[in-house]
Amino acid sequence: MKDEKIKKVLLLGSGALKIGEAGEFDYSGSQALKALKEEGVETVLINPNIATVQTSEGVADQIYFLPVQPFFVEKVIAKEHPDGILLSFGGQTALNCGVELERKGILEKYNVRVLGTPVSAIMNTEDRELFVERLDEIDVKTIKSEACENIEQARKAAKDVGYPVIVRAAYALGGLGSGFADNEEELNKICEKAFSFSPQVLVEKSLKGWKEIEYEVVRDKYDNCITVCNMENFDPLGIHTGESIVIAPSQTLSNSEYHKLRALSIKIVRHIGIIGECNVQYAFDPQSEDYRVIEVNARLSRSSALASKATGYPLAFVAAKLGMGYGLFELKNSVTKTTSAFFEPALDYVVCKIPRWDLSKFRGVDKELGSSMKSVGEVMAIGRNFEEAIQKGLRMIGQGMHGFVENKELEIENIDEALREPTDKRVFVISKAMHKDYTVDQIHDLTKIDRWFLYKLKHIIDIDERLKKCNINTLDKELLREAKVYGFTDFQIARAVGLEDEYHNMHKALLVVRNLRKSYGILPVVKQIDTLAAEYPAQTNYLYVTYSGVKSDISFSNDKRNVIVLGSGAYRIGSSVEFDWCGVQALNTIRKQGYRSIMINYNPETVSTDYDMCDRLYFDELTFERVMDIIDMENPYGVIVSTGGQIPNNLAMYLDAENVPILGTAAKDIDNAEDRAKFSAMLTRNHINQPEWSALTSMADIDKFIERVGFPVLVRPSYVLSGAAMNVCSNEDELRRFLQLAANVSEDHPVVVSKFIEHAKEIEFDAVANKGEVLAYAISEHIEFAGVHSGDATIQFPPQKLYVETVRRIKRVSRQIAKDLNISGPFNIQYMARDNDILVIECNLRASRSFPFVSKVLKLNLIDLATKVMLGVPVEKPSKNLFDLDYVGIKASQFSFNRLQKADPVLGVDMSSTGEVGCLGEDTNDALLKAMLSVGQRIPKKNILLSTGGAKEKAETLDAAKMLLKHGYKLYATVGTSKYLTENGVENTLVYWPSDEGKEPQALTMLHNKQIDLVVNIPKDLTAHELSNGYKIRRAAIDLNIPLITNSRLATAFINAFCSVSPDEIEIKAWGEY
Amino acid sequence: MRNVTLVLSDGTKFHGKSFGYEKPVAGEVVFNTAMMGYPESLTDPSYAGQLLTMTFPLVGNYGVPPFTIEKNGLPTFMESDKIYASAIIVSDYSEKYSHWNAVESLADWLKREHVPGITGIDTRELTKVLREHGVMMGKILFDDEPDNIPEADYEGVNFVDQVSCKEIIRYNEGAGKKVVLVDCGVKANIIRCLINRGVEVIRVPWNYDYTSMDVDGLFLANGPGDPDTCSDAVEIIRKYMSQSTKPICGICMGNQLLGKAAGATIYKLKYGHRSHNQPVRLVGTEKCYITSQNHGYAVDSKTLGNDWQELFVNMNDGSNEGIRHKTNPWFSSQFHPEACSGPVDTEFMFDKFVETLK
Repeated sequence: MKDEKIKKVLLLGSGALKIGEAGEFDYSGSQALKALKEEGVETVLINPNIATVQTSEGVADQIYFLPVQPFFVEKVIAKEHPDGILLSFGGQTALNCGVELERKGILEKYNVRVLGTPVSAIMNTEDRELFVERLDEIDVKTIKSEACENIEQARKAAKDVGYPVIVRAAYALGGLGSGFADNEEELNKICEKAFSFSPQVLVEKSLKGWKEIEYEVVRDKYDNCITVCNMENFDPLGIHTGESIVIAPSQTLSNSEYHKLRALSIKIVRHIGIIGECNVQYAFDPQSEDYRVIEVNARLSRSSALASKATGYPLAFVAAKLGMGYGLFELKNSVTKTTSAFFEPALDYVVCKIPRWDLSKFRGVDKELGSSMKSVGEVMAIGRNFEEAIQKGLRMIGQGMHGFVENKELEIENIDEALREPTDKRVFVISKAMHKDYTVDQIHDLTKIDRWFLYKLKHIIDIDERLKKCNINTLDKELLREAKVYGFTDFQIARAVGLEDEYHNMHKALLVVRNLRKSYGILPVVKQIDTLAAEYPAQTNYLYVTYSGVKSDISFSNDKRNVIVLGSGAYRIGSSVEFDWCGVQALNTIRKQGYRSIMINYNPETVSTDYDMCDRLYFDELTFERVMDIIDMENPYGVIVSTGGQIPNNLAMYLDAENVPILGTAAKDIDNAEDRAKFSAMLTRNHINQPEWSALTSMADIDKFIERVGFPVLVRPSYVLSGAAMNVCSNEDELRRFLQLAANVSEDHPVVVSKFIEHAKEIEFDAVANKGEVLAYAISEHIEFAGVHSGDATIQFPPQKLYVETVRRIKRVSRQIAKDLNISGPFNIQYMARDNDILVIECNLRASRSFPFVSKVLKLNLIDLATKVMLGVPVEKPSKNLFDLDYVGIKASQFSFNRLQKADPVLGVDMSSTGEVGCLGEDTNDALLKAMLSVGQRIPKKNILLSTGGAKEKAETLDAAKMLLKHGYKLYATVGTSKYLTENGVENTLVYWPSDEGKEPQALTMLHNKQIDLVVNIPKDLTAHELSNGYKIRRAAIDLNIPLITNSRLATAFINAFCSVSPDEIEIKAWGEY
Repeated sequence: MRNVTLVLSDGTKFHGKSFGYEKPVAGEVVFNTAMMGYPESLTDPSYAGQLLTMTFPLVGNYGVPPFTIEKNGLPTFMESDKIYASAIIVSDYSEKYSHWNAVESLADWLKREHVPGITGIDTRELTKVLREHGVMMGKILFDDEPDNIPEADYEGVNFVDQVSCKEIIRYNEGAGKKVVLVDCGVKANIIRCLINRGVEVIRVPWNYDYTSMDVDGLFLANGPGDPDTCSDAVEIIRKYMSQSTKPICGICMGNQLLGKAAGATIYKLKYGHRSHNQPVRLVGTEKCYITSQNHGYAVDSKTLGNDWQELFVNMNDGSNEGIRHKTNPWFSSQFHPEACSGPVDTEFMFDKFVETLK
């Protein structure tokens, strides 16, 4: 039964989204908070990630936007006096913090009880040596692993177990600092890095080629155990599970194998003493029933979020209840509401998870996949057969692919090598190889992927080949139906039967196929996910669409009370949890206004795909075809395309052409903002300034344009969200090199070249308008100058350093734009300002990335307001004014360069951050310090290495350098900076560049010896030369886990902050107290 | 592949393709929600007379293991000597398989054993029809042989008699404690679980009178069909109980026969329990188990004699999952502690039984 002594509980969040720790923890935390709320328990949340759903009003009783670190958590505990603490819902960040709190005796001091799995059990799973010992006690096999505390021990261990070996850093998430070594030289390299993250590394025998299988296990305090789901990796061992395509349930295990591993999982979980949820990962021999346990995660994880979505079993929700003292038998199955939560879901479909990478955004990054995670997001596809699921999934990842076949031809020099050494493109290499008549056996030999998966992929190829033999007139009904059953889209079929050449427009071509199949009555059906494979009736609203069926599980009302919200798809750089927040807020408002809310989305890491959040959840594709299928069936009152980022926004025109009622701003006005030429003409018409630009199709035109405006210029294609293939070019050389790349990206669109204005302020205008009238707005300013992508910039709201005149002009221009585009709903305009001149950079007629941040700082939910406007509900102008706020919000970006081997950690016009935080403070310094500490910066102890870039940046950072000196810091500087500082009377020590080999002190040596606490390295120009001195220092800082700042404005602000506010002076205030 | 139609007794039709042996067949259509274990299920004698629908759509992935026989006379990987289900109905048959222990495809095996298999069926919709209506008789017909219509009955047929052994078979002779095993259609793993615990097993036909045999305990096995057709077996159990207090254990049909011997009545469930995920609770405790099940009938626990009580109860629908005598070491489970296929969490039932054989 429930423990009645627990009245107030503190939950630790996971902070900013980063590679290896992403949206799944917003989902698990939100579920846990919901579970506690249901129990009448008061909840306190610490999470600086302001864009999450869990940090929204009403989810927790008190919310602290503070770093999840023992220092801050202790202060919150001292203030709030919680009875219990939940550590397993905030990823490794929360778990590590909890272990620290326990070790330091803080939990005991304040009498805070850890709910769920005890810390001692967590340590048994986290410390490799203890872990192996525990499993030895029950005769469970682990990978023979040697814990080493220095490089000599590691070398000896590797020799003992025999190469190849895998090296892992202890206490690290997502395989951070891990790698494979085939020989001692490689071992040395990996170990150095691993030791910088952890005092302990583990050397193990590599089991490359074995299957990788996972089980999600739940145990209550009465020792009742269930396994909710098992999953099988498509990619064999050797590729991190976060980097693998994953199938649930397992497809190649026999009954005996499945239940052998299941029984082992339960045995392990019982022995370790988990209370709540736990994940067990196995390596499994493909030639026998031999196995090794890879690891056990004593907390909610990426896999548990996936398992929850794959099965409909809400693991986090149940785990929180178990932490409160319930037994599984006391809880109900949340889907059926009648049967018990003590059961194991039976699936009657297959799910396929596919990671989403954004490696092309990083210069120089190593694209090979391995034991460390690089993907930034994932998708989950549901089908009644594997072919359908994987083809859906490959479309969902949103990298221009249409499934397993009928994609743009990949250029692969050496197919064998590309199969053997996996990159983010491997699955498409398999497609290419199969088209080139590689046999399943050949591909299996090169990839070690189980033949069963390869046979299934070959099946797709076979259908494709049959389609290719047809034209639209000879395509028979049976083949068309078969293709649809196995996951082909109208697009793929249109291309296979040669309609592309006929129409020169794929959209027209796919409509031909769509109409043909509709005339044949080949229509998809909607199936429910009900956890029991239809055994018991369930009122579930969790749905997917398939062609493998004769009848839909649900019926459709025609009362026009349904409103569809299109979700944001896979998290990627540039579109992440902030759009999930927007989508969830829209769903809430739709429900409150008495409409039925329908979500279409496919990202298992999100809260919007929690079936509790809406009246109907279609866990399915956001392609034109699938969205239209659903609209045809649901016949909605309207569709909201403006809260899910660019994916739904891009569908607006196509849906409009099919007479779909789009709520809010009209599709043609969306197009007027998206289409650069139309938008520009509108600005000119309204006498609004913009940076000079031109859409150009030839090199000669580009040269002519640049002759007029001069370098630097910004070069980009149209219709981009995160600055993909956008670059600043400072000279002729860079321009030519870059254009070669950009031309590859988009042939259909001309290249847009615009004048790049240096040293300008960048300003965001986020607002909601109704029929062209601005109802509410937020103006925020970037700390960095223009040139840093708005998604990477540090943003301050309300603005602290804008001229009153600038603000006035921005408001006026924004009103003009809103009126001209007749905006109804959310929108965002980006401005540049130099002195009082303002220029419009771009305008999006949808919610922007900063909506949750400004909404929460302003305490005015802009999406709620926008949704009411879109629904046509009468609204009043809110009385809140940003100039009344007596506190400051700072949004800072989280980078994951430590996981992106070899990438240059420098910021530019192309976005590279993976997440963000937003913190509040009494002034800029207070808020900035919290925000910077939240994204992994540390207040330096003593030594700071400065390379402050060009003349302007050198001057900009001079005062900060003086301040550091005054506060007792010791400054080290590279040649030019040292000279400049000395000339200006700032004491410093000269340090040599990496190219000055042999000269001491050498920057790299100092970094390797951990003599530097903070690196400020500002690149001279905006293009990074891969092998430059600067790159080597920046990369070394990242690899050795030393804080790095590469922007002079941000460096100055951060230095100012930590020199003027000491950690003890940092304000500990809940959101509600501001 | 030839086109086939599954016709249910209420007239509902599903169209698919034949991948197994090509002959029309009739039987009771049931569904199983297990996600793996088709070789074990097909050879489970309890499926005799039934057309087995798999709700998990992908079937055949890992092929079929070899039909080898161990020295003790039991098959290595299967649950009996042949396929007992009358047919298998799936959504997406995997023509190609991949497994180190497979020697043939499911299709080849079905053809070899003359058992039909059909694919391309919306098994979720079929399951919903069965759930709403209750299990029904059904026929698999070949579209190009419209006049070839098979007939079959299920209710009232004594399937136990069809699948039970005809002669006494002894396993693990001289091992120590002797147990008579009443074969109503026993799965091999029940025998394995007993002999692995050092017990000599004397397997007798379902209606054999073993009351004069010198044994240490009685084990009532699983089996197909309606327990009310097995009154001979019930009479013999009653006779045994009147003569001795030696241990009795039963599984599935064994639970129902013991229940009948204990005075209880049996009823037919609307659509039975056939899955790997049935939750049961040990009555009066906080202990719960995930179990493997395959039954269409249940003991009405309200009708149990005064000396008896419920041992386990189903946590989803409250139906009986086991009974026990209040004083004597007589107990049984409706679920399958021997698993195969399914979870192995309740294998302790065999330990408990063997412990009582003193």
